[in-house]
Amino acid sequence: MHKVYHRIDTIAGNVVTLKAPSVSYRELAEITSRRGTSLAQVIRLQGDTVALQVFAGARGVATDARVRFLGDPMRVPFSDALLGRIFTGSAEPRDRGPALKDNLIPIGGPSVNPAKRIIPRKMVRTGIPMIDIFNSLVESQKLPIFARAGEPYNQLLARIALQAEVDIILLGGMGLKYDDYLFFRDTLEENGALSRSVLFIHTAADPVVECLLVPDITLAVAEQFALQGKRVLVLLTDMTNFADSMKEIAITMEQVPSNRGYPGDLYSQLASRYEKAVDFEGAGSITILAVTTMPGDDVTHPVPDNTGYITEGQFYLRNGRIEPFGSLSRLKQQVNGRTREDHRTIMNTLIQLFAAYRETLEKQSMGFRMSAWDQKLLQYGVRFEREMMDLSVNIPLEGALDRAWRILADCFDPVETGISSQLIEKFWPKASALEPASPAL
Amino acid sequence: MNTTKGTITGVNGNMISVAFDGAVGQNEVAYAHLGEMRLMAEVVRIRGTQADLQVFEDTTQLAIGNTVDFTGEMLSVELGPGLLTQVFDGLQNPLPRLAEKCGFFLQRGTYLPALPRDSRWAFSPVVKAGDTVFAGDTLGTVPEGIFQHRIMAPFNLSGKQTVTEILPAGTCELTQVVARLQSESGESREVTLIQRWPVKIPIRCYTERLRPVDPLVTRIRIVDTFFPVARGGCYCIPGPFGAGKTVLQQLTSRYADVDVVVIAACGERAGEVVETLREFPELSDPRTGKSLMDRTIIICNTSSMPVAAREASVYTSVTLAEYYRQMGLNVLLLADSTSRWAQALREMSGRLEEIPGEEAFPAYLESVIASFYERGGIVTLRDGRSGSITIGGTVSPAGGNFDEPVTQSTLKVVGAFHGLSRARSDARRYPAIDPLDSWSKYPSVVDEGRVARARALLHRGNEINQMMKVVGEEGTSLADFTLYLKSEYLDAVYLQQDAYDPVDCATDGPRQQHVFATIGAFIDAALRFEDKDAARRFFQRLTQATRDWNRIPPNTPAFTEHEKRLQDMLAEVTDHA
Repeated sequence: MHKVYHRIDTIAGNVVTLKAPSVSYRELAEITSRRGTSLAQVIRLQGDTVALQVFAGARGVATDARVRFLGDPMRVPFSDALLGRIFTGSAEPRDRGPALKDNLIPIGGPSVNPAKRIIPRKMVRTGIPMIDIFNSLVESQKLPIFARAGEPYNQLLARIALQAEVDIILLGGMGLKYDDYLFFRDTLEENGALSRSVLFIHTAADPVVECLLVPDITLAVAEQFALQGKRVLVLLTDMTNFADSMKEIAITMEQVPSNRGYPGDLYSQLASRYEKAVDFEGAGSITILAVTTMPGDDVTHPVPDNTGYITEGQFYLRNGRIEPFGSLSRLKQQVNGRTREDHRTIMNTLIQLFAAYRETLEKQSMGFRMSAWDQKLLQYGVRFEREMMDLSVNIPLEGALDRAWRILADCFDPVETGISSQLIEKFWPKASALEPASPAL
Repeated sequence: MNTTKGTITGVNGNMISVAFDGAVGQNEVAYAHLGEMRLMAEVVRIRGTQADLQVFEDTTQLAIGNTVDFTGEMLSVELGPGLLTQVFDGLQNPLPRLAEKCGFFLQRGTYLPALPRDSRWAFSPVVKAGDTVFAGDTLGTVPEGIFQHRIMAPFNLSGKQTVTEILPAGTCELTQVVARLQSESGESREVTLIQRWPVKIPIRCYTERLRPVDPLVTRIRIVDTFFPVARGGCYCIPGPFGAGKTVLQQLTSRYADVDVVVIAACGERAGEVVETLREFPELSDPRTGKSLMDRTIIICNTSSMPVAAREASVYTSVTLAEYYRQMGLNVLLLADSTSRWAQALREMSGRLEEIPGEEAFPAYLESVIASFYERGGIVTLRDGRSGSITIGGTVSPAGGNFDEPVTQSTLKVVGAFHGLSRARSDARRYPAIDPLDSWSKYPSVVDEGRVARARALLHRGNEINQMMKVVGEEGTSLADFTLYLKSEYLDAVYLQQDAYDPVDCATDGPRQQHVFATIGAFIDAALRFEDKDAARRFFQRLTQATRDWNRIPPNTPAFTEHEKRLQDMLAEVTDHA
């Protein structure tokens, strides 16, 4: 019943055009050429002329290739059988498991009605003090990690995924180095988390068009799990590659570029993905953690800049640590008032003292004389960096708060911290000198 | 009615090309068939028998040859009682009722009437048969929450009309005919509680537009005192992400001294709208004591909702504001963010393959922005009352750089500029409005002379601070250092305001006048200190004490007492020589 066409008119980049009547927008087609078979999607209709974006790339596609339209837009199979599986960017198995064909769901579906959203109230504990204490992650939050290429952002992502209290982990890899893909797979497997994970991986060697599908497929699957009442954590790495793929297609389609070659709808495109983060009233939730690498460590680059306007805060990863300044969780106020009474005070005090430490470091580097107060700050700063900021530190929130009190007690007198006497009374460690300093790391 | 039909000849993103025969108007609404669904679209360009339409929905699966019905009507909104407290999308679909119908997701092609058809209203006429009226004149009223909602003669009537029939006082339905009007040429027109109006055309049923001179008190000190907004004026808030634009808008929507607030959440995060949605019904309006929601309309087209409807949402919200202005009310329209709206224009312009201007924004960006802000203003209505629309728009410049087209086009047409700075928000100096770069052309709520002196002090303080970075504290004279401390003091206790403190979060006009006069006297006073350390210690103490004063409710003994204590502190160091 599906008509087959044998005449392709133009081939440019990964886009081919041909004449075919009664095709619908975003419909899938199958292109068979000497190189093999690939799926393609309709991205423009103009009279009889259909523009198709070829998922596997147009390389090797000849003008007499066989094109068969399938009648439906892109869909992915959804069932619990997905768990533990690894797929490519076009939802083909990447592991040796069987292909899934049942219960197809559309991707890139409509957005959630704002009237059905609820104010997020549940904290996601990660065991990383820089997140738990200072910028708490909240269920249904969308948060990117801004980092330069070379920072251990994938390691951080994997750790958060393993330690966060969620039901399902979905990983969408875009332009991932093959090593990084293997790292994710092995880490999840070693920690026994693969059985509650689904991976959609586009590696740097795969056709660029498949990269565009990864967030939509991952989030469509996430949405289905969330509607079943599951708490889903979606990891997307790296969104800059996604934006670059979009740029590539837009230029091929001769669209007018807006800023550094990116298409004018970059904001809307990113937003329609990030806004899938949601807490469904009476069902599950989707939390999105993404990586956005900053070309040239420049936060005003269009991708991190647009992302910052969309997401609810950001983590800056610098020199292998989450930078306390600049990092922000816009939703932390919703949760950190209901953890432990000293949480907010500790958060503010530690940061203020750390800011003072940074100033002291500056003074020190300029050769000024260090006062007694400066010496205390230096001692404090080193402890803070080693026992709080280091990414290998892995303790629950309460333990981290206790450790914070210990560090304060070892470095300062109570009055110097500016903490209210009521909290000092309750939490300041007694006779700190008699006990051993903080546990060795 | 003569309706034109067409067929789709092209699809590109949310734009479709349609071949038609018959007549088609610019900005006319059409519906594209997709199976049983009808997708709403708007004509944006006509060339011969080919029209380009922007579709307000996802266009997936539209195909060449699908039918398109043209309606002959421009994109319009329903105006009538029951608009207040509602939450609409950019096309005036009521979102809560859509949720009841469709569940969690916004299904495309589902449109509901904006005003619930089953509502009943107690109508009381104010004209009688035989009276003469003009477009926009009041025919009767219905109570809507805290207001008497005026049922007005349709805005598109021309010339003198005679009332031939009017409903006596009683309960009536929205679509019931309440009056019949006859024009001089004998045409008869039925009036119901609802009328429709095309969103892209301003409502102009007033006799005169006035110059905005009365300050609109927002209860944010840095705004009211230094960069005031006038009733009927317009202002913009550009700022990088994380600088607190949205918090500032939320505070304004709560405390501003107006009758009706229209919030246009245009292409921003859904989460922020949800906070407003869920919190406003719980908060009480400082003016009436009723729920804040009673005076609020929310137009919500968040970033992931269709982009063409985002463009429409700005016009929808300003049309609703104009409707309430026609009733002689003071309306505040807050648009967050106009950059997203400009981006929607850019996307459409790109698809139309128009020649791009700067940063690919269309060449007509400036005139479109200007005509939007010009829909604000204070006017005298035909019956002598006045009504106003004050427009406040946020701008989200790329990279936080104000030299981009949207910020620059906006600055040309607004009367006040509240530039947010990353440096101030990083230093936790909220609201992060930059006191050196911002400006306002409107009169302040406090004495202008004092404001000018305070502003000069801030500039001088900044200069001294810059200088100190080079020469150090040692190289600065004690007099200069004291000036610098004074400017920091003014910043800390007056420009900064604690949004989370129940008292400090909102300072009304009289309190601003009182506090500013007091602090102004401190600043003008000649002070004498032993050395810089003594000066610094004194100002630290004074700052702390003044901040405490800000947190004491006015008209209490504690307030006066605390003020006395501040005066005493100052007297100790005043130089009487």
